[in-house]
Amino acid sequence: MEEKKSSSRDYRSLLKKVVFVIIITAITPTVVVSMFILNEFRASYQAKVYDHMELLARKHKKNIDMFLSEKLMDIGWLARSNRFEELSNSVFLNQKFVELQRAFERTFVDIGVVDHEGRQIAYAGPYDLFGVKYSDTDWFKGAMTKPYFISDVFKGLRGAPHFIITVRHEHQGKPWILRATIDFGEFNNLVEYLRIGKSGFAFILNKNGDFQTEPTSDVNPDELVKVLKGDNALNRPSSIFRHKNQEGKEVLYAITTLKNGEWIMVLQQDVDDAFAELNNAQKIALLIILIGSLGSIATAFIVSNQLIKRISMADEEKQTADKEKEIMSQQVIETGKLASIGELASGIAHEINNPVAIMIEEAGWIEDLLEEEEFKEGENLEEFCRALKQINTQGKRCKEITHKLLSFARKTDSRIAEISINALLEEIIYLSSQRAKYGNTEVRTQLEKNLPPVFASETEMQQVFMNLINNAIDAMEKTGGIITLTSKRVGDNILVIVADNGPGIADANLSRIFDPFYTTKPVGKGTGLGLSICYGIVKKIGGDIQAHSVKGEGTTFEILIPQNTEADVPAVGMKGD
Amino acid sequence: MSIAKILLVDDEKPFVETMMKRLKKRDVDVAPAYDGQEALECLGQDSTIEVVIMDIKMPVMGGMEALKAIKSKHPLVEVIMLTGHATVETGIDGMRMGAFDYLMKPCDMEQLIVKVEEAAKHKRQHEQKIMEARVKAITLRRP
Repeated sequence: MEEKKSSSRDYRSLLKKVVFVIIITAITPTVVVSMFILNEFRASYQAKVYDHMELLARKHKKNIDMFLSEKLMDIGWLARSNRFEELSNSVFLNQKFVELQRAFERTFVDIGVVDHEGRQIAYAGPYDLFGVKYSDTDWFKGAMTKPYFISDVFKGLRGAPHFIITVRHEHQGKPWILRATIDFGEFNNLVEYLRIGKSGFAFILNKNGDFQTEPTSDVNPDELVKVLKGDNALNRPSSIFRHKNQEGKEVLYAITTLKNGEWIMVLQQDVDDAFAELNNAQKIALLIILIGSLGSIATAFIVSNQLIKRISMADEEKQTADKEKEIMSQQVIETGKLASIGELASGIAHEINNPVAIMIEEAGWIEDLLEEEEFKEGENLEEFCRALKQINTQGKRCKEITHKLLSFARKTDSRIAEISINALLEEIIYLSSQRAKYGNTEVRTQLEKNLPPVFASETEMQQVFMNLINNAIDAMEKTGGIITLTSKRVGDNILVIVADNGPGIADANLSRIFDPFYTTKPVGKGTGLGLSICYGIVKKIGGDIQAHSVKGEGTTFEILIPQNTEADVPAVGMKGD
Repeated sequence: MSIAKILLVDDEKPFVETMMKRLKKRDVDVAPAYDGQEALECLGQDSTIEVVIMDIKMPVMGGMEALKAIKSKHPLVEVIMLTGHATVETGIDGMRMGAFDYLMKPCDMEQLIVKVEEAAKHKRQHEQKIMEARVKAITLRRP
């Protein structure tokens, strides 16, 4: 029991080890390779996303730059191709403005000519801005310093966001400015429609963090400008970086500078959105790895379990084989022992019987002599006779002892052979015919012809039937009777019935008749071993023996002999009783 | 008158001597031999021997071998095997080879006498039958 427990523990620990090794060898390379590939994929995907954003940013920067320079060129050409006097004439200017609007639709909101003092001396547009003085405005100050100027977006006098582009020329040694207001909506459209993924959009800020396009609440421009300044991004034509905003959301920014670094165009997209496909791919890959790993683990468990089962079965088989081997060798030793006891007993019997025979003969001789006349009157004749009788008795006892010794050690031929039950029964009947005759017993047979042969030990089967017939003859010793031997085929087996019409067996005894040493015969006549030996022999070949009896009517023994093959019968010798 | 002329064959000299004395006391004519070879010689010299009582285990020539020789040279002589082995099998073997009966050592004198008488009777009946057959053969012989 303890051994079984410890061996099952051994198998469990072996199972754990095998499972562990299989899992490690199966999963580790998969996981390592997958991680490596995922990492590489992430890096290249990130590079792709960055490149794409940067490309978009640059492209749009180019568009915007082109838009602004086009507008500058338009008004530059207007300023260059007309004289100051013509342009200072509001009617003329209005004509030009109409032409501009025709050519560029609503891009230009208005145009105006501003003299060196900041006074608008000519104006064409929807507002009433003739004569307005701009000398204090930032844009005017800026415009006076550069030949071309683009202002930041501001609300100004009209109260709506707009910006101004200017070209500066001189007339009679004094500078004047041709200014045009660019339609904010038109400009805003340049970035408004720029969309990347689900969350990506673009906007333009100036260096102070003021929106130059439609403001959006999703962006904190001050913070962004601070970060950009910290990152020195404003000095680079373009850059890309990640930043966690105040809401804790990580955002990807592609930055390009416009207007010589005065404006910043920002393309922003949530990192989650930008890398959504990557994340999806990662999730799928992880799911596949997970399923694969689970599959590997399950397979490892199943395969290991089967393996361990096989091993344990093989071990058990080996153990059984070992045990059988042990039993066999034990039996061989036993048989050998018995054989040597037999030889020894035979030798001893001979060695003892010879001197005992001489002793008895000598005693017999003395007995013979004592019968002569001269000794008949002897005083101690009676004592002599008693002593001689005792010598004779003891001599015979010695003979009995050696006889028993030999009987005990006698081997029974237990070789398995193909035997014909009918032939065997006929031989037994022949052998017991003498006894049957003296016992007034008739033996009748009802043997089914063409019975198949059985595999058993001939001497053992003889022993079984001889014992049964002898018992029947003994049972009917006083009355005489009929013994009927029947053999027939029952399915695959052969049934032999030994029936007598003797006195029968009492119910109380019937259940004990196969017990060893149980006998109802007079003391000294039966050993009580006959039927128990029969039982042992029949059971050994896989058969069955049953007794039925009715008091006063007779006893029936039914012996079922299976049709074994040679291999089915254990070739173990039974010792004779 | 002796019940039969006996040849007692055994290598145990004291056994033979005492047995002889006892048999002689019962008016049995008995001659000794101490091995199979000697028994054959005795039978060659004395044709009156009717029954041989012979041990199985003996030097020079054992009982079984001697039995075979006796049965081939003197088929009418009856042999009773005497075995010290106390097994029935050796007795049965002897009887298969032509022995009249077997006895186990130590044996009862009365039992021995009975067996000898039976053997002698058998031998004589056998001889009688042969004689009758021979007479028949002679009388029926054509002139």
